[in-house]
Amino acid sequence: MIANLPDSPVLRRSLALAPALIIIGVFMLIPMVVMAIFSFLEAKSFGGVVWNFSGSAYIQLLYERMLDDSLRLSPGYLIIIARSFLLAFVAMVCCLIVGFPVAYFISRQPIQHRNMWVLLITIPFWTNQLVRTFAWIIILGRNGVIEAPFRFAGLLGADETLGLMYSDFAITVGLTYTFIPLMVLPIYASLEKLDFSLVEAAADLYSSRWEAFSKVIIPLAKPGIIAGCLLVFIPSLGAFIQPDLLGGGKKLMLGTLVQFQFSTARNWPFGSAIAMILLAFVMLFLILYARAARNAKAMDLH
Amino acid sequence: MILKTALWAASALALMAGAAQAEGSLNIYNWTDYTSPEMIEKFEKETGIDVTLDTYDSNETLLAKMQAGATGYDIIVPSHNFIPIFIEEGLVQEVDATAMPNFKNVKERWRHPDWDPEQKYTVPFHWGSASVAYRPDLYGKELESYGEFFEPSEEVSGRISVFKTPEEVVNLAHLYLGQEFCNEDPAAMQRVQDLLIAQKPHVMAYSSEGMNDRLINGDAIISTHWNGYAYKGRTLAEEAGKELVYAYPKEGVIGWMDGLMIPASAENVENAKIFMNFIMDPENMGIQSNYAGYGGPIEGQEEFMDEALRNAPEINIPNDTKMIFSFACNAKAQSLIDRVWTNVLR
Repeated sequence: MIANLPDSPVLRRSLALAPALIIIGVFMLIPMVVMAIFSFLEAKSFGGVVWNFSGSAYIQLLYERMLDDSLRLSPGYLIIIARSFLLAFVAMVCCLIVGFPVAYFISRQPIQHRNMWVLLITIPFWTNQLVRTFAWIIILGRNGVIEAPFRFAGLLGADETLGLMYSDFAITVGLTYTFIPLMVLPIYASLEKLDFSLVEAAADLYSSRWEAFSKVIIPLAKPGIIAGCLLVFIPSLGAFIQPDLLGGGKKLMLGTLVQFQFSTARNWPFGSAIAMILLAFVMLFLILYARAARNAKAMDLH
Repeated sequence: MILKTALWAASALALMAGAAQAEGSLNIYNWTDYTSPEMIEKFEKETGIDVTLDTYDSNETLLAKMQAGATGYDIIVPSHNFIPIFIEEGLVQEVDATAMPNFKNVKERWRHPDWDPEQKYTVPFHWGSASVAYRPDLYGKELESYGEFFEPSEEVSGRISVFKTPEEVVNLAHLYLGQEFCNEDPAAMQRVQDLLIAQKPHVMAYSSEGMNDRLINGDAIISTHWNGYAYKGRTLAEEAGKELVYAYPKEGVIGWMDGLMIPASAENVENAKIFMNFIMDPENMGIQSNYAGYGGPIEGQEEFMDEALRNAPEINIPNDTKMIFSFACNAKAQSLIDRVWTNVLR
């Protein structure tokens, strides 16, 4: 059997790579190509596509076709894209504000305890995301966990509410809660490698606590911070469970818009086009990240 | 016609005679939480046919799957508005329901529906309606018109819950405005859009799930609702000492009906027909109704239904209430609906 293996090292190497290439090809490239092709076709009335080339899906993003067939610039979808970006950005900042101290705390624990803390961070991942999001309805909703003490203390009347649910606030809470482990873990990974004697050295050289933090810890944790921000920002951009369940589905987001096109609107090309736009933005951020990482490395070498 | 019926009866009898042995299998593809296990058990016992059940959660899923060439299903249960699509796309085969012995049990009003006038492809199954439900104890009066839902008073502002499915919401708006469904007239659609945009500030959520939760905990006072689901909600509300009423506004309600069909790709066609005939029996449909919580089309099935369901106002539509059936809109009307919906939600 072994004798049957090819002798050429090139062939051997490509055989060894084959499983990875097949997985990337079948599960990533082919679906993406299908999506790209669909986005340039015409929609069939009951779902599916007609095999005619058409750029109308992309035109629809920017223009509204008036009843006399003229085109008018329409900001509708751009507003949806902008809103998705804003909420994803806010969620990312909230994750960073909450996640950084947590990661720092864990990295300062004795080595034998650290794994336990990391385990605690990942436990919520073991439960279905939908279930965890539903739990927030119980916490934020009318007569929920947060409102109960207010009502008990008489600060809220029987039929009054704090109005936490079905708002942008609720969406942000949901996104932050869901994606925070993705922020904590990469930051922890960079902080764990941080040589704490550098911070002590900074203190010896009369730096204030703030200076030691901003000029020593933050720069050294930067790769983790950037990775964490990307890992939170990208899925937040396409999230649709939180806007739907916690935001009350009152405002469309990119994720809900895509879902809507493939279900009730039955406009597959337009859904594919939005997905392609989303993909383009994600690619853009990844390229920016790769550049930042390369620059950081170049700085290290100097 | 008579000959056909006779032949049918004969073949059914022949099959019944051999019921003790296994008579092959039947694969049913039906909505989630919609098939009575008790009814299936009875069917298996009486016919010896082994039933396998698979489920889906939307007409779109069913259609996409059948279009993609799924095989191995002998019975599917699309809703009336999708039935013409299945026929047009050649995804189903003729069954000739009128020739089945038990077709005589089908109530007059459910025979020869618009979506299958000759009853060539479908056997009628559950029907239901969509309207609004509300909390009379919080609202303080009876809801008489959709105006109270689309143009709500100060007291219920911010406590209105609306379906997430554009077709149903737009159809309710059409009902209120007295317009045709699947409207292709831009001016009519403009009126719908204006109405929905004006309603939006008063809406707490657009969602087609959890209506009962929101109504019972008081988040919502008025919510779009389906009759069968509202029946369950009323029962839950009563247990919590609250009131939940499914309204029959003066403008009417939207109707829907599911039909049993046999896919073109079915392998056990004869067994599927035996099942169709079986379900048109009053006792069997009654058992099925008890489980699903929806009314059925069979004369005398009430006798076999639980008292609570039999007398439920949700499934006993008042005689003077109009029930208007929606249908699948053409591409033009559909794109107008989508545009209105996007404009409302953006």
